Amino acid sequence: MWLINSSIGRKLVMSVSGLGLILFLTFHMAMNAVALFSGEGYNMVCEFLGANWYALVATVGLAALVVIHIVYAFILQIQNRRARGSERYAVTAKPKGVEWASQNMLVLGIIVILGLALHLVHFWSKMQLTEIVGGHEALVYQGLAIAPTNGAALIAINFSNPLTVAIYVIWLAAIWFHLSHGFWSALHTIGWNGKNWIKRLEVISNVYTTIIVIGFIAVPLLFLAQSLIDSNFVLEYVKNTL
Amino acid sequence: MEKNISFTLKVWRQRGPKEKGAFKEYKMQDIPTDTSFLEMLDILNEQLVNKGEEPVVFDHDCREGICGMCSLYVNGHPHGPSTGATTCQLYMRKFKDGDVITVEPWRSAGFPVIRDLMVDRGAYDKIMQAGGYVSINTGGVPDGNAIPISKEKADLAMDAASCIGCGACVAACKNGSAMLFVSAKVSQLALLPQGQVEAARRAKAMLAKMDELGFGNCTNTRACEAECPKCISISNIARLNREFISAKFKD
Repeated sequence: MWLINSSIGRKLVMSVSGLGLILFLTFHMAMNAVALFSGEGYNMVCEFLGANWYALVATVGLAALVVIHIVYAFILQIQNRRARGSERYAVTAKPKGVEWASQNMLVLGIIVILGLALHLVHFWSKMQLTEIVGGHEALVYQGLAIAPTNGAALIAINFSNPLTVAIYVIWLAAIWFHLSHGFWSALHTIGWNGKNWIKRLEVISNVYTTIIVIGFIAVPLLFLAQSLIDSNFVLEYVKNTL
Repeated sequence: MEKNISFTLKVWRQRGPKEKGAFKEYKMQDIPTDTSFLEMLDILNEQLVNKGEEPVVFDHDCREGICGMCSLYVNGHPHGPSTGATTCQLYMRKFKDGDVITVEPWRSAGFPVIRDLMVDRGAYDKIMQAGGYVSINTGGVPDGNAIPISKEKADLAMDAASCIGCGACVAACKNGSAMLFVSAKVSQLALLPQGQVEAARRAKAMLAKMDELGFGNCTNTRACEAECPKCISISNIARLNREFISAKFKD
């Protein structure tokens, strides 16, 4: 099977699964952006997705993409280390024109997985997972039962903690670095070529990645700022969503 | 301005492919800055021979930057700190008095060390034998010109054909991948009508050989392009990817 046996085949799997994940991030960011304007609107999105059959099918597909991307990353890393030979260079210098991210994709990827694990605990386990197992409340906040579809309340509660927000910012920065190389590299691997297009693809991927990451970072920062300004903000916000 | 510099050389010495190697330091005194790097090694070897020691083994041939024989990983760069030049075109004026210059062989599973700084680059010949040719007689010069080829295509093919097969791309790559070499060799033929006939078979055969010989998987870090003495572009790699992927989908 050429997708496993040939180096370009393996890279194609990395590239297509990576592009799929970028597409997912785009949708996710667009939905998050709703929370910037309206908690009510955001909860409508949460209800629309939830544990409905189409959301579950998409989640399984998404999980498959993530697993494939990670498994291939490790296979490629091991093969590439072996190809490097047993002796290492004593002196290495980073040549001009080589992005730092491109040589540290695995490290960045591991940071992304760790952040993802925390993110799943914060939100997915309280929302979709709770619905799947038939639970009716995500958590209880100051005596108030929060429904699994009440994403807006979960956002307000989680992002009132400065430490959580700091971790999310680091996580999203790692995603930015990962995508700044990964996006154009994926298109390159598919075979999109040309001396002019290389530069264009790099610019497009940098701009696109920056838009996505800013869209994501805006939510925790906005909610943290509001909770810092007004100590009653979270409680009031949560009450409004009930 | 010519002047003389003195510096310390740290050279990798290894008696054979299976033996363990180590760095050895040599003090070089009053070397004129107009000396080329390889001439400087010649001076070192003369001194070593006069002292009754084994000279340092390194690859070299034309010393004009076109044969692709010289290698050497100097101070963390294949072919040294000069860009767009092979080691034989590197001059001592690139270094300062009192520098420590570290000279290592190419390090890659695909290029085992033969002795000291000399590596076995036979893997590239094997990749070429797998498909880096056209099987038809393309005739003499007039016949060649009878087939119209756009200037753009001709330029791209010529740029790809400037690859001298020195192996700097593999030496620079953190993945030990030979994709820049293979893609240049595939591109120089795939861009021209004479080579297009066998393009799909060629891409598959050469890539399969590359994988079989233990070279790594390309991750587009662009280190190869930056270190290539002939400035081969990685857009060739995208072309190889496209040739290969479309050939596989047609199968």
